Amino acid sequence: MTTKTLKASATGSAILPALFAVILGLGIVTLAGHVQASALHDAAHDVRHATGFPCH
Amino acid sequence: MFSRILTSALFAGAAAGLIAALLQFVFVQPVLLHAELYESGELVHFGAEAVSARPELPGLFADPMRDGLSVVFTMFTYTGYALVMVALMSMAEKMGHAVTTRAGLLWGLAGFITFHFAPGLSLAPEVPGVAAADVEVRQIWWTATVAATGVAMWLIAFGGNAMAYGAAALLLLAPHLIGAPEPESFSGPVPTELGALFAARAFGVGMAAWVLLGGFAGYFWQTESKRADAHA
Repeated sequence: MTTKTLKASATGSAILPALFAVILGLGIVTLAGHVQASALHDAAHDVRHATGFPCH
Repeated sequence: MFSRILTSALFAGAAAGLIAALLQFVFVQPVLLHAELYESGELVHFGAEAVSARPELPGLFADPMRDGLSVVFTMFTYTGYALVMVALMSMAEKMGHAVTTRAGLLWGLAGFITFHFAPGLSLAPEVPGVAAADVEVRQIWWTATVAATGVAMWLIAFGGNAMAYGAAALLLLAPHLIGAPEPESFSGPVPTELGALFAARAFGVGMAAWVLLGGFAGYFWQTESKRADAHA
């Protein structure tokens, strides 16, 4: 019984952290690659071209 | 769990990002700077006179601010990729698939196809100065293509039945059959030789960096897991 409860909670606690990490990662990629604010665009300009993000 | 994902992703992303930045400086940046001479009008081809293919280019790190920012943003970008990949690795491991350095190389290749090659296949990596459709429309297509390709990669790796493979094939093909947003007219002043070289180099460097990212992520995920187990 105890083992079962532990297992269930371990599985449950695996999905949320992964989900947070995916959202954080996609947020970072969006910030670095897509946001068109001019300071960000200028700073990331060469990287966006070289990494294949749509630029300009 | 979250800290294990975070630590592995930060190590892998920073290492692969740094290597990607250095490879870009050597192989991509000179082509980009060369193209910018045409974008700015300093060089013009299509004229009666032939233009030298080897103009004087600013050397590596000629503009420390610009190049420094490129290093920071490349590491930042690859850390973002790493967070997504390591999180998915943790899910795959939960499903009983071993995550090793070797398996990580395949993860990296799948990541390259998802985030770089698939969108770039119809929306080729752009050298500065080329004609292109509206940036917002291209970003929507780019995002949809990455999403569809990412799901397809997962289905190919873990689907395990004909239905999954069929769905993956459809997801891989659909964005390109629908087609990427294209410019109304061509107005790019950059020689096609530079555009082609830029796209090829961007893909090559991207693939190298991604495969390394996958290998690093698999490696750090394993070491971090061992450390967590030792503490438990």
